[in-house]
Amino acid sequence: MSPPVSNELPLTLAAQQVSVTYPNGHTALSDATFTLTGGTICALVGVNGSGKSTLFKALMGFVTPTAGRVTIADAPVREAQRKGWVAYVPQSEEVDWTFPVSVEDVVMMGRYGYMNFLRTPRPVDREAVTAAIQRVGLSDLRKRQIGELSGGQKKRVFVARALAQQGRIILLDEPFTGVDVKTEEAIVTLLRELRAEGRLILVSTHNLGSVPEFCDQVVLINRTVLACGPTAEVFTAENLSRAFGGALRHFDLSHSTVEAHDGRQVTVLTDDERPLVLGQGGHLEYRDRAAHQKLVDEREAAKTTARDV
Amino acid sequence: MFDHLLEPFRYDYMLTALWVSALIGAVCGLLSGFVTLKGWSLLGDALSHAVVPGVALAALAGLPFSVGAFTSGLLAAAAMSFVKLKTPVREDAVIGVVFTAFFAFGILLISLYPMQIDLKSIIFGNILAISPEDVVQLVAISAVCLLVIALKWRDLLLFSFDPNQARTLGLPVRLLHLTLLLLLSATTVAALQAVGAVLVVAMLITPGATAYLLTDRFGKLLLIGSALGAVTAFGGAYASYFLDGATGGCIVVLQTLCFLLALVFAPRHGLLAARHARRTTGLAGTLTP
Ligand SMILES: Nc1ncnc2c1ncn2[C@@H]1O[C@H](COP(=O)(O)OP(=O)(O)OP(=O)(O)O)[C@@H](O)[C@H]1O
Ligand SMILES: [Mg+2]
Repeated sequence: MSPPVSNELPLTLAAQQVSVTYPNGHTALSDATFTLTGGTICALVGVNGSGKSTLFKALMGFVTPTAGRVTIADAPVREAQRKGWVAYVPQSEEVDWTFPVSVEDVVMMGRYGYMNFLRTPRPVDREAVTAAIQRVGLSDLRKRQIGELSGGQKKRVFVARALAQQGRIILLDEPFTGVDVKTEEAIVTLLRELRAEGRLILVSTHNLGSVPEFCDQVVLINRTVLACGPTAEVFTAENLSRAFGGALRHFDLSHSTVEAHDGRQVTVLTDDERPLVLGQGGHLEYRDRAAHQKLVDEREAAKTTARDV
Repeated sequence: MFDHLLEPFRYDYMLTALWVSALIGAVCGLLSGFVTLKGWSLLGDALSHAVVPGVALAALAGLPFSVGAFTSGLLAAAAMSFVKLKTPVREDAVIGVVFTAFFAFGILLISLYPMQIDLKSIIFGNILAISPEDVVQLVAISAVCLLVIALKWRDLLLFSFDPNQARTLGLPVRLLHLTLLLLLSATTVAALQAVGAVLVVAMLITPGATAYLLTDRFGKLLLIGSALGAVTAFGGAYASYFLDGATGGCIVVLQTLCFLLALVFAPRHGLLAARHARRTTGLAGTLTP
């Protein structure tokens, strides 16, 4: 069994000028460059067809970039995968839900990398699976065939698999689509815990409103990386308009009754259910500002200690 | 009366036919789990037809039939993946084009060059006249299949269910794919002897489909599939003695009967169970399949 992740140095995931052209000649991604280091939740944001899933596939080596390269800890992705460092939570549409496997079986598939030639589960593997299932709140359903779950439960099965795998880099392709607020919050809480353990989390989402709530970094893409960096710097009205063009519903309330009534100027951007609210001067609004401030303080403190050590 | 029932066991050729059928039935049943879940049913059918030209060419060249059959099965599989990769034509159409081409070529060869092989025995099989060399070959193929699956079934399961996850964990996905294809081709060749080209595909699908109705666990599915395959193959061969009918036909009819029984009576996925669930849960039940 590998030592707990938090004791290891955070990994660096780097995409260098990655381009992907599909066999039909369509270039879905060109010249994408960004670098992320462990202990972060990074949102991958872009319109439908902007190349989010393609970027994931390139990062995981499912498609070979036509140019550029992806490295993890300065080595090819393949090497990190052999060590079981990279976990992937697929989009629900990619899964065969009629397959005769139970929740437990699927989560156990995260442990194969740790097992022997025959892949016989050892007690540690069973414990890891039980713990992972418990963490996503599916203990009662662990024997269920995966097709007999609700949409939100299905998502959680694959999150549990990533947990059991103890990946140091976790990629999640749209974990929040079709998920209710409660499950979304449960997953977000989980992601925050994983960040605290020093893992690198990259998550694609259309919920612009919740991005500032839990993501400290953002990669904005539209067939290339438009902007990347800390949420406060990247998530500006200007950048978002660039990323989404006309696809965003944009309510500028500055000339509405809101302003006349309470003198505040507010901009609401929405791509999906949850709107993004920008305050005066474009600074981000948080639903729970105190919690966010706490996180920022914690990160600052962590940085200071890291420097001191 | 009892004596009469034991009669088949008194003949050596019948004894051989019985245990050889059971063995090949077990191996086919085991593989049928993968075939049905991977959606390879059509591929199994294709392979069984694609071996015919190989058999014909082997006969012309004086080589063992199995070598020719195996080679041409693999060639067909390779041709299918090549065409699929290079064209946007749908997979089922690609498989259809390739295997009928192979089959047609085989029939043409056999009709052009009168040779020692009997087309009928390739298409319908003839387990009663199986030669000792063929028995050895069949046992060897079965042993390899059973061993590989016993050792690597979990890897093959992951590959079948979620190839992306297999790749993510650094498993050799291409090698697993190739392994499964090789096992399938080899088993097809072996089973040709027992039931013939036309019915091989049933042995490679029906037990798996039946087992799918009976369990929700992959490991159990493999066990049930292979047990069903063995029992039906044995039973079919046994029945064919009394019916004086084609062994392949008897085996596959028996397998189909098992499938129908499961379809009606399976504890969770059977028609009766579904009906019962609807009745006990009232309206809500009718909404779930
Ligand atoms: N297998 C493929 N072959 C050819 N083109 C593809 C393929 N997969 C995706 N594309 C194209 O590449 C582009 C990017 O697709 P991708 O799936 O990465 O988008 P996405 O950002 O994940 O979108 P969504 O938000 O809808 O999930 C799209 O224009 C799509 O049509
Ligand atoms: Mg996508």
